Amino acid sequence: MKYLLKRVGFVVITLFAVCALTFFLMNIIPGGTAEMILKYTFVGLENSVSQEQINQISGRYNLDDPLYIQFFRWIKEAVVTGDIGTSYVFKKPVLYLLALRLPATIQLAGVSMVIAIIIGVSLGIYSALKENKISDHILRIVTLFGVSMPGFWIALILILIFSLKMKLVPVSGYGSLENLILPSVALSLHSVAAIMRVTRASMLETMGQEYIRFAKAKGLSIWKIVTRHAFKNAMLPVVTVIGFQMGSLLGGTVVIEKIFAWPGIGSLLVDSISARDLPVVQGCILAIVTMFLFVIFFVDMLYTCLDPRIRYG
Amino acid sequence: MDNVFVDRLKKEKLLTLEICGGEIAKKLYHRKDMLFALVSLLLFTGLALFAPMITPYDPNTIDLKNKNLNPSGEHLLGTDYLGRDLLSRILIGARTSLSITFGVVLISLFIGIIFGCVAGYYGGIVDESLSRIIDIFLAFPGIIFALAIMGVLGSGVFNMILALSITQWPKYARMMRGQVLSLKKQEFVLSAVTSGANDFHILYKHIIPNSIAPLLVLATLDLGHVILSISTLSFLGIGLPADIPEWGAMLSAGKEFMRTAPYQTIFPGLAVTFFVVIFSIIGDGMRDLLDPNHEGGEVY
Repeated sequence: MKYLLKRVGFVVITLFAVCALTFFLMNIIPGGTAEMILKYTFVGLENSVSQEQINQISGRYNLDDPLYIQFFRWIKEAVVTGDIGTSYVFKKPVLYLLALRLPATIQLAGVSMVIAIIIGVSLGIYSALKENKISDHILRIVTLFGVSMPGFWIALILILIFSLKMKLVPVSGYGSLENLILPSVALSLHSVAAIMRVTRASMLETMGQEYIRFAKAKGLSIWKIVTRHAFKNAMLPVVTVIGFQMGSLLGGTVVIEKIFAWPGIGSLLVDSISARDLPVVQGCILAIVTMFLFVIFFVDMLYTCLDPRIRYG
Repeated sequence: MDNVFVDRLKKEKLLTLEICGGEIAKKLYHRKDMLFALVSLLLFTGLALFAPMITPYDPNTIDLKNKNLNPSGEHLLGTDYLGRDLLSRILIGARTSLSITFGVVLISLFIGIIFGCVAGYYGGIVDESLSRIIDIFLAFPGIIFALAIMGVLGSGVFNMILALSITQWPKYARMMRGQVLSLKKQEFVLSAVTSGANDFHILYKHIIPNSIAPLLVLATLDLGHVILSISTLSFLGIGLPADIPEWGAMLSAGKEFMRTAPYQTIFPGLAVTFFVVIFSIIGDGMRDLLDPNHEGGEVY
């Protein structure tokens, strides 16, 4: 229980610090914000921004106050009313934009994670059981390339093969199951490879233990040994790597969503960066970091369930 | 007395050096994949260094009559949508990627070592606050943080090195801190403390040389990771200015012509993958050579 509270506290403090860091990063250019608002939201003002207009905008959004006062006002608004800013481009609350985009990202990342865990873990166990056989070697070479290929390149190659040449699935879009296939495969491939490698190493280590040899000597079937004895003990490092992979998956959504025109937070982030819509950029980053922190928190909890030594240690 | 001692030390040092060198060479010889990776790295780094002299065409010359050509004798890898020679652009792109990558890794290694040393060595409140800062930086998943920094600063080589270094250093700092914490309690450090050596001397002469190996391994593995990040950022169009050939940007431009000229999307991606694979193999081989205590399988 104490451990749980400690972890919750860690999540809250980290979230606050990430808010502060992003906020200061977004406002790092002094006087830049007002100029940015003028330049990028009023058509025809790109080259003719006058000092007077800057002052006017600064006055309206209280941009002349010191940064820390602005930050505390922002935090207060965020906590009390849930208002984390208004988009320069869309003229809508950032939270509203995020809420529109969040389901798509969760869907994509969630499906990819499930694919990565199921395929990664089962291939890892298979590879460990076939150690140094030909199929093990092939799988290991494939995973080496799996972790080395850029995710967006995998996505493009998949589009090239399955959409343009074989015409099996649509190039992009959102809504139906066939739209989900290519993005989730492209996104999960890296994680499949990473999870597989860790599972393989961990399984090999566990399978060398005395109690597994004893189980073998008892004459248990290999299936029973793996499911009853080896798997649970080999899971700890796998759970850790799954947590980290969730981070790289969330980072990967940015580029995958962009390629497949997937209406999630990642593509919103890239579009907002190009449009220099900083409140939305900030909101997207906070949303992604929050999701990541929750996953890490969940993995930590799972860890304590799997390994009681952490709870009591 | 003194001389004898120094002589003995010298002898021992020489002896150990010879043994080390011999063993490393022997191990290297037994790991064919590492040998292959090293040779190809040297080869391609050489190609990248001398790229401006050996490229058949200027990478930025626009030739609209010959745009989107398939690979042929004249243009070995074909041309892009502006008729620029793809082979020349990929070779010059290697220069861009490799120089930014080495810059990022060296800078973040340097910053990481300093922060890690300070946190681990002084402990207490210093360690506590530095560790929290490291935790916060590590809370950003993937390249999200680099993306945000680039979004604010705008594109450019310097900004990219800055953004990626800011996202990379906490890893090294955390590892260095762990190393310092475990070394701090060892006799040779304690004896240096009791003999009155100052902190800088202890860190520089005793702690860093004994803890650098795993950091170098991490740095080598990281080289591939940074190459991937660079190409991802340029692919998203917020990496480098348009006149610098870069693999990610080439892929981004090529994907518009995937239907008619798929080579433009295939070759730059192969280049990225090739370098990342090479750095993985070298990093893993280095781990076997430098860090014999590490358990775990080879990279492949």
